[in-house]
Amino acid sequence: MPAVNETLETVQSVTQGTYKWGFETDIEMEFAPKGLNEDIIRFISRKKGEPEWLLEWRLRAFKAWQAMSEPRWAAVKYPPIDYQDAYYYAAPKRRPKSLDEVDPELLKTYAKLGIPLKEQEWLAGVTTSPDGTARAPVAVDAVFDSVSVATTFKERLEKDGIIFCSISEAVREHPELVRRYLGSVVPPADNFYSALNSAVFTDGSFVYIPKGVRCPMELSTYFRINAKSTGQFERTLIIAEAGSHVSYLEGCTAPMRDENQLHAAVVELVAHDEATIKYSTVQNWYPGDAEGRGGIYNFVTKRGACRGARSKISWTQVETGSAITWKYPSCILQGPDSVGEFYSVAITNNFQQADTGTKMIHLGPRTRSTIISKGISAGHGQNTYRGLVRISPKAVGARNFTQCDSLLIGDRCGAHTVPYIENRCMSAKVEHEATTSRIAEDQLFYCRSRGLSEEDAVGLIVNGFCREVLKELPMEFAVEAQKLLQISLEGSVG
Amino acid sequence: MLKIEGLTAAVDGKPILKGIDLAVPAGEVHAVMGPNGSGKSTLAYVLAGREGYEVTGGSATWDGLDLLALEPEERAAAGLFLAFQYPVELPGVGNATFLRTALNAIRRARGEPELDAMQFLRLARERLRALSMPEEMLKRSVNVGFSGGEKKRNEILQMALLRPRLAVLDETDSGLDIDALRIVADGVNAMRGPDFTALVITHYQRLLDHIVPDRVHVLVGGRIVRSGGPELARELEREGYAALQAQAA
Repeated sequence: MPAVNETLETVQSVTQGTYKWGFETDIEMEFAPKGLNEDIIRFISRKKGEPEWLLEWRLRAFKAWQAMSEPRWAAVKYPPIDYQDAYYYAAPKRRPKSLDEVDPELLKTYAKLGIPLKEQEWLAGVTTSPDGTARAPVAVDAVFDSVSVATTFKERLEKDGIIFCSISEAVREHPELVRRYLGSVVPPADNFYSALNSAVFTDGSFVYIPKGVRCPMELSTYFRINAKSTGQFERTLIIAEAGSHVSYLEGCTAPMRDENQLHAAVVELVAHDEATIKYSTVQNWYPGDAEGRGGIYNFVTKRGACRGARSKISWTQVETGSAITWKYPSCILQGPDSVGEFYSVAITNNFQQADTGTKMIHLGPRTRSTIISKGISAGHGQNTYRGLVRISPKAVGARNFTQCDSLLIGDRCGAHTVPYIENRCMSAKVEHEATTSRIAEDQLFYCRSRGLSEEDAVGLIVNGFCREVLKELPMEFAVEAQKLLQISLEGSVG
Repeated sequence: MLKIEGLTAAVDGKPILKGIDLAVPAGEVHAVMGPNGSGKSTLAYVLAGREGYEVTGGSATWDGLDLLALEPEERAAAGLFLAFQYPVELPGVGNATFLRTALNAIRRARGEPELDAMQFLRLARERLRALSMPEEMLKRSVNVGFSGGEKKRNEILQMALLRPRLAVLDETDSGLDIDALRIVADGVNAMRGPDFTALVITHYQRLLDHIVPDRVHVLVGGRIVRSGGPELARELEREGYAALQAQAA
C-alpha cells in the first residue's frame, strides 16, 4: 500500500516532540537510597507511619518475591531489569496539610496536564472540555512519584459517607477497611509484579462507597512519574458496598527520558450485592522515542471481584503510552448473575509493545461477561491480545461474548490474538470473534478526496474502529481520549 | 475552465490514457461516455489524484491551477469533488462526523469559519430535505450497510454540502433505480450555474436524459474519439460503441 508507506514516512519525520506531556518538574525531592532490600521496605513503611501488621505484610511479600522470577510468557522483549538500580521512594520535600498548601510547582504541573487541583476552578467552570462546554466537576487524587500530593472534593464526598483519599491516609484513618480488603483480590504472591508491588507500594487511591450510595461525581486519580531512575508502585483499592455505584478514572503521564522506568501497580476492586464499579483508564505513560529508546515499563495487575449477586464491574482502558504494557484487568464473577465487562483500545506505535487483555473467571450461576478489544499497531509496534475465559462447573447458564479486532497500519508492525477458553459447564455459552484488517488505501483516498489531510483521515478511521470502546468512557474524557488516539498515531501514521 | 491537454496515464505500468484533450468552460456540464475499459474511471481518479494512477505526460489545469501538482486534499480545497463509482465504507465513522470533518477541512482551506455541531446539523438537514433523503442517513456509519442507491445518494449529499466548483461524477448512475436516478440528477441540476462545472462520466445515455449535458465526448481506448452535442448520446444509445471501437482500433 504505497499511500500508507508514504504516510508513515511523512509522519515519522514529525515523530519527535509529539509527546507533549514529556516535561519535567523541578522540585525538591526526598529519596530512599537506591536499591531494594528489607531496610528499604522498613524505610518506606516508617515514612508512611504504618502499623506493624502492614510492615509484616510487606516483608512477607518481599520474601515471596525473592523466590519468584519474572514472567516470560508474554509476547514482549526487553533487556533484563536490574531491580537494585532504582529508587523505590521519591517524594516532594514539602508535604501539604491542605489543598491550599500544595507546592505551586505541583499545582502548575497538574494544571499543565489539564488537571486543576483547585476545587474552585472546577466549580467556577474554568475547566472546559475541548468542545468548549463546562465540565462537570471531577474529584481528583494526584499521585506524584511515590506520594499523593492532593485529593480534592473530599469534604463534599464525605457528606455521602464516601471515602476518597490516598491509600496511605486510608491506612491511618480506616485501618479496619484496609486490613480487611488489601490483598483480598490480588494476593501478594499472585505474581512477580504483584509481590514486588505489595512489598514496596508507596501510594495510590482508596475509595469506599457505602451501602446504597450513588457517587455524585466522577472520581479520578492522576499518576505522574517525575523523578529519574524511580519506579512507581501504586496501589488502588475500591470497595463498593451493596447497591452502590461509582465511576472512577485514572490517567498517567511521565517525562521523556532515555532510560526505562518501571511502573508496577496493583488495583483491587470489590463489588458487593448489586453494586457497580466502572473503572476507566487513559494510560499515556511516555512510550519511548521513535527509535525505541526510553519509555515506561507498565507491568500492572488489575482485578475486580464481583462478590455480590447482580454486582457489576466494567473495565474500560485506552492504552496509548508505555514502551511495554503487560496488563490484564480481570473480573472474578462470584456472585450469581454478576456481570464483568472489558473494553480496551491499545495502540502500539514506533517500537512499543503491548501484551494486554483480560481474564473473566465465571464462578457463579448466570454470570455474564463481555470483552471488546481493539488493537492498533503502527510503526514497528507489536500488539497482543491475551485473554482467558474460564467457566467453572457451578457457573450454570454463564455467558461470554468476546470480540477482538486488530488494525494494522504499515507493514512492519504485528497483531496477535491469544484467546484461552476453558469451559467446564455444559450449559454455558461462549462466543469468540476476531478480525484483523488494515487501513485500506481506498479509505484514505476517499477521505482525502473530501479535503481531509492524511493524518486527519487516519485519525477518523481509527476512531471509527474504536468507537465501541470509546463510547464506554465517561463523557468528560471521551473527547480527550479521541484526540489522544490521533496524537499517539502521529508518530507513524497521522 | 477545466483544461486537459495531451494527458497520458498508466496503471501498474500499463498505459490507459493515451492523450486526452478536453476543455470544459466554467458553468458547463460535459459528459464523457465510453465502453468498459476505455479509461473513464482512470480519468476520474487521475483528476482527483489517486495513488497508483501515474501521470506520464500532458497536463490538467483548473482555472490555470496545475491540478496534477496537488495532493488529493488540496484539489478538494481548490473546489474539486469526485463522486465515487464505488463509495467506500468507513466502519464506526458516523456519517455526520465524516461530513462535518470534511466540510470544515474545506472551509478552513478556503479561509471560512468552521461550523459547530449545531450549525452543521441545520445545514445538513436542509440539504437532506432538498434531496428527499431521511435524516437517519446522518447517524449511520459512512456507507456501511447502505444499498447501492443509498451510497450514490450519499455521494450527492456530500456534493451538496461541500458545494464544489468542479465535480467529476464517476458512473453515478450505475446501480440506481429510476427514482434514485431522478433524485441524483435533481441534486446535480440544482447546483448548475455559472460557478458549477461538471464532468459526468457514464456508460449509458439514460442519466443524460435527466442531466442534459452541454457537450458529449466519447472515450475509446484512452482517447477522445468524438465530441458533439447532447444528440451524440442518443446516437450512441442507438448504435452502440462497436463502430467507434473498430474505428479506434
